[in-house]
Amino acid sequence: MTARYTQQELLAVVLARLAEDAESIAVYNTMPIPAAAAFMVLAKRKGDLILSVLGSFKHNKLFTGGIREQYDFCAKGRMDLQFFAGGQIDGQGNINLVGVDGYPVSRIRFSGSFGSALQYYTGRRTILFRVEHSRRVFVPKVDFISAPGTSPEGVFHPGGPIALVTGMCVMQFDRQRVRFTLESVHPGYSVQDVRDATGFDFDCLDEVSMTPEPTSEELHRLRGFARREVAEVYPNFAATAILEESA
Amino acid sequence: MTTPRLGKVVDNITDLISFINDGDTLVVPADYGGSPAEAARALVRRGVRKLRLIGGPPSGYVADLLIGAGCVSYLEMPGVILGDFGLAPRFRAWVSAGRLEIRDTTCPAFHTGIQAAQKGLPFMPMRGLIGSDILKNRPEWKVIQNPYEIGKDPIVLIPALVPDVVLFHGMYGDRHGNVWVGKAQEVIGMAQSAKTVIATFEHFFDGDLLEDKHLAPSTISRLYMTASTEARNGAWPVAFGMEYGFDAEHLTRYAQLAKTEEGFSQYLKEFIFSEVTGPEVLT
Repeated sequence: MTARYTQQELLAVVLARLAEDAESIAVYNTMPIPAAAAFMVLAKRKGDLILSVLGSFKHNKLFTGGIREQYDFCAKGRMDLQFFAGGQIDGQGNINLVGVDGYPVSRIRFSGSFGSALQYYTGRRTILFRVEHSRRVFVPKVDFISAPGTSPEGVFHPGGPIALVTGMCVMQFDRQRVRFTLESVHPGYSVQDVRDATGFDFDCLDEVSMTPEPTSEELHRLRGFARREVAEVYPNFAATAILEESA
Repeated sequence: MTTPRLGKVVDNITDLISFINDGDTLVVPADYGGSPAEAARALVRRGVRKLRLIGGPPSGYVADLLIGAGCVSYLEMPGVILGDFGLAPRFRAWVSAGRLEIRDTTCPAFHTGIQAAQKGLPFMPMRGLIGSDILKNRPEWKVIQNPYEIGKDPIVLIPALVPDVVLFHGMYGDRHGNVWVGKAQEVIGMAQSAKTVIATFEHFFDGDLLEDKHLAPSTISRLYMTASTEARNGAWPVAFGMEYGFDAEHLTRYAQLAKTEEGFSQYLKEFIFSEVTGPEVLT
């Protein structure tokens, strides 16, 4: 069968399913696919969602006090679900948004930690998201901790990662055991592919399923409403990654 | 007795940026807070050096441009990106080559330092950070036990951040030196914490912004402003509120050229040092 959807579309759909029940969703910098997913949830819930898409005027309107208010909202534990990427992510859920091989002079320099060193602790649930699934991204131990996945007893850390979505698979994260568990692999990939491309050790569900393909209803929400709205902040992405509704 | 600082309206950007000196600690807001791109190009043309740039955060085109042009010796930031147009090429190249002193921070730590300065406090506590390498690399940031908690509860104290200069682009300015920033309330905080506050603005407002009951609450009063000047399309090629979006063609070109030193020099020659610069393209 020829592909009826792009990889970005599948990932947006997967993220939207995970985010479906969220009370509030935050999408931060440079996150077009999570933004598209959030708009899919907004469409499904007919607008009944606290949504913050950074860079959007329209979809950030609940926050009238500027960006500072959004950090405060998250610090108070009111942000239910958010997305974080990582230049590197390790098996303990630590994320590195700074660089590889050395600091402050890093051989490979990423863009920076942004709000993670507060929000990764205090946002209730974080979905880690990275399209590239490789051993250079998923490492045994990150070179720089922008924010840790969990903290020792007594350190204020009410939130943390709950899942990891990549170009290959979906994993769950158990904050008590501080470990990832493979839940499903996307069409075209096997458990062995994930093992080969992952630098850290992880568990597998007894039966790792295939990530369900997007339904026509999901693609309709994505290619209609979500595509239109995501173009405000990510015009390049909207034009190239999401297919036209008639396609 | 010193003369009270009350904002004045100056004739042009050259006069505006005369308030920035080599070696100053300069804060520039994020792209969504009003990016002073036209003023940054003027700084590059003037050849300002050794700026201690603090991204107000995160940083974008303006920071990448100033870094690539050799205007910055120290950068403190939670992130530099070109948004939809990818990573910031000059920032990455300069940091990887060790040509720039950097301190990584996190956005809320910046705002916490600004808020402390705004209130005239020496520091302010902040959640998070503990266990991160950001904190490990900032030995001056103290961790104390929360004095109001009986059980163990360590918390970080962020020192006040008093910028020498805050430079931003606002929507309206009036002839009394007030500048309206709308929802970019964080810029009001930055202005109240800084020693010098300068701004370009998109449109002249007829009358006194402080006497308009709808606009006054989102206006930086001349109590805090040092100087302002009109600059139509002053954030170009960066988006500005609901006024205009990112110039995708230009930023795609910038991101491509700035990948190499030679390409960046060509960009400077073509768009910064030539007679015809950007904003006219829009009209």
